Amino acid sequence: MSQEDFNPRILGFLCNWCCYAAADAAGVSRYQYPPNHRTIRVMCTGRIDPAFILKGFLEGADGIFTGG
Amino acid sequence: MPATYFIDPAACLYLKHDTCQICVPVCRSNAIDFTQKPIERKINIGAVIMAPGFGRVPESALEKYSYGKHPDVVTSIEFERLLNPSGPFEGEVRCLSDRRHPKKIAFIQCVGSRDIGCDNGYCSSVCCMYAIKEAMVAKEHDPECEITIFYMDMRTQGKDFDAAQTRAVEQFDIKFVRAKVADVMPWGKQLKLTYSTMDETHRFDPFDMVVLSVGLDAPKSARDLSRIADFKLNKYDFCETSSFAPLASSRKGIFVAGAFQGPKDIPESVTQSSAAAGIASAMLKQQRGKGIVHKSYPDEQEIKVDDEVRVGVFVCHCGINISGTVDVHKVDDYAGTMENVVYHDDTLYSCSQDAQEMLVGKIKEHNLNRVVIAACSPRTHEPLFQETLKDAGLNRCLFEMVNIRDQCSWVHANEPDAATDKSMDLVRMGVAKARLIQPLKEQTVPVNSQALIIGGGVAGLTAAESLADQGFHCTLLEKGSKLGGHLQSIKTTIKGENTVDLLKKLNDRVKKHKKIDVLTSAALESISGFVGNFSSVISSKKGKKQVEQTIDHGVVIIATGGKEHRPDKYLLGQSKKVMTQKDLETRLAGRAKNRAPDSVVMIQCAGSRGDDLQYCSKICCNHAVKNALKIKEINPNSQIIVLYRDMRTYGYAEDAYREAREKGVIFTPYTVEEKPEVLKKGNKTIVSYFDPILREDVTIEPDLLVLSVGIVPEGTKELSQLLKVPVNANDFYLEAHVKLRPVELPVDGVYVCGLAHSPKPLDEIIVQAQAAAAKAAIPLVKGYVSVAPIVSSVDKETCIGCGICASLCPYQAIQMLKIGKKKKAETIAASCKGCGICASRCPTFAISMAGFTNEQINSQIEAFGAVTTVAGGSKEV
Repeated sequence: MSQEDFNPRILGFLCNWCCYAAADAAGVSRYQYPPNHRTIRVMCTGRIDPAFILKGFLEGADGIFTGG
Repeated sequence: MPATYFIDPAACLYLKHDTCQICVPVCRSNAIDFTQKPIERKINIGAVIMAPGFGRVPESALEKYSYGKHPDVVTSIEFERLLNPSGPFEGEVRCLSDRRHPKKIAFIQCVGSRDIGCDNGYCSSVCCMYAIKEAMVAKEHDPECEITIFYMDMRTQGKDFDAAQTRAVEQFDIKFVRAKVADVMPWGKQLKLTYSTMDETHRFDPFDMVVLSVGLDAPKSARDLSRIADFKLNKYDFCETSSFAPLASSRKGIFVAGAFQGPKDIPESVTQSSAAAGIASAMLKQQRGKGIVHKSYPDEQEIKVDDEVRVGVFVCHCGINISGTVDVHKVDDYAGTMENVVYHDDTLYSCSQDAQEMLVGKIKEHNLNRVVIAACSPRTHEPLFQETLKDAGLNRCLFEMVNIRDQCSWVHANEPDAATDKSMDLVRMGVAKARLIQPLKEQTVPVNSQALIIGGGVAGLTAAESLADQGFHCTLLEKGSKLGGHLQSIKTTIKGENTVDLLKKLNDRVKKHKKIDVLTSAALESISGFVGNFSSVISSKKGKKQVEQTIDHGVVIIATGGKEHRPDKYLLGQSKKVMTQKDLETRLAGRAKNRAPDSVVMIQCAGSRGDDLQYCSKICCNHAVKNALKIKEINPNSQIIVLYRDMRTYGYAEDAYREAREKGVIFTPYTVEEKPEVLKKGNKTIVSYFDPILREDVTIEPDLLVLSVGIVPEGTKELSQLLKVPVNANDFYLEAHVKLRPVELPVDGVYVCGLAHSPKPLDEIIVQAQAAAAKAAIPLVKGYVSVAPIVSSVDKETCIGCGICASLCPYQAIQMLKIGKKKKAETIAASCKGCGICASRCPTFAISMAGFTNEQINSQIEAFGAVTTVAGGSKEV
């Protein structure tokens, strides 16, 4: 598979107070970014149990994004 | 600018020419009604707060810099729009003349400020800082662009503002040139600036764009307001107030807040608005709570764990904000294929009132017990929909919001298929979580209505008086034996008002106030609890004995103040002729014959701004000018030389600075590279400095050398640890939000005011203390604090009492209890912020996060995985 064909599925855990807010702000400013990302909102990245990340990979994520 | 669209009557064809009305049929919400007419109403009120903001400086002040003659001369307000992503060039900086990227931009400061030519003798206080901000943002957009700021004095006197200027120089390579620009001349495509610098070279330099840093003028409506409401304006048409009651107009019951009181920035305006609200609230306390209509809700429907899960999904078009990109119908149909979804629909605007009513109807009609809204962000709209759930008799937590606008349609505007796929995935994940949501109990904690105020200076005294006037009992701690703090050594304000008298009266009022207990020689030994329920151990002097007592209180106001920093420099403490401005003020208030000698040198920023102290102390320039004027009053022949870096007599203090120059006080700037030197030769104290006008070194032997030293906070290191609140790099308390929550600290129920927050003059301290009292009164008036239900809870059976959670909790919201012989963790709901650090670290999974349980998050992850194809194509659940 060439680099261009790679269309990864990325699962994101976003902190409500910073990264999730920033993602909203990106929308308000109409910044465009690739649509490969699916978000789970948490109240703090401290909530992210390492098991969530492993489970994400098991469920087929090509990458996990944590933003906080 | 109103938050909703409105019709400009000056441009509307219907209102002007009785034609058009196209807007009426095209508005799908039928929101336009041309039959509406203005109505005059009479209402009874107890107080008025004037907050009309500021106005534009006169056009003549702009025209002299070719504004209006050349399109590339813009005001700073226009430049702010150019930098904005929603501005005319979508945030790119371009010349208005031909849309090229400017390679050289000049900022000209003090346009319409510090300019008696247009009757604006005052300094607008905010322009230096906003010019630096705009210049840095412009540099972020185009690092190649060269930016020069032409200024008279850089007045970055606000908290941590000097650090921003340093960043502008070091990180962004922005040039600062001390010069008054004489002329801006259109020169082909460019503009040529005429100016002369301190070394007297005359320059004639080209720039692509010129930004005029316009000042804040009095609002256009000022004279009308003053006439209608009968209060006085000052000579610049702003509202006239005194330093001791900075928000009270000349008419009782009429208060002012924001730029109408005098030019100011956001934090100060926000502070003033809180303070004005608090003062009005104290005046009207007899009426408090009257006339309020309480909203009632239907009884909450009981949801049992094994009840059938009935999910309703509503997909929002948001006009065309979502449906312009995402195939909303496809997402809606897809939702219908999911397990437990018994109702689904799409709505034009789910947040509109009719859609909310429809939502209530559908919940009842289809007996929905979980609601999923796919629309905008829960950060903005979750409370609104939760309110609607309550109206329908559902627990507000039985709700999940899916963000398909801010984080989908808006950011994938050119990829409709992919955005539709993403929306379907997100809805599937949202429904998966919704199935597992359980109702959560609303929790409230009663509030002890007493306040603890730490510090008995003017800030603490004012805060105590304000809170007590609002009807709440206060305990005021003063570590010394006398009240008054730093103000005890000050005699007058720069306007000449008598502060000794003010302090005496304030002391008397506080001591006599029935609702204030004053404890002197007092200290806070320990404090525990949380907002509404603090418990403090205080030691204080009773008679000759030091005693300890425990006080329960709902809020804390920190007003621990500051003191002058006496640097080990310039012979301070080594020569009798060297003193600080504070020492000089005391000396001038005395009776000694030679108290105002013939020759005085003052050195500004002694030990400040990158020396012992990194910051500017805001008040020292005013102090120097005030003392210089006093010397001139006593001894008009005295020769006073003030050696300064930037004279920061911001606001109306500029008048006093001008007066001092008119009276012959000599102000000579020095640079940080060439600081003045002070030597001792026998009994002589000799000052030598470089005079940039004479262009040579000057050596004089003054009768007095006065140092303008900075202010340092007192005891913040120790107290901040006791209260678990943060301080900044300079040991001043760090507020919860620098602009929008300027008197609140990050720990709920703890507020700050006065010098403990940052150095500032008396009028600003008084307002800040009033604001802190107003904010502290909020939980006290309410009588309870509500706790968001999304807090952690510990299953006592599974908990092994290891204490990891308690040690990791950043909010001290977990306590370890001894139950029988075993240790168990327990959440203090009122302190918990719901971050979940405890839950993710618990080795036995004993901690559950309400609203974000392991099961719910795992179900979202599983739903993320339950997809067959990614781009375009079909999907299966």
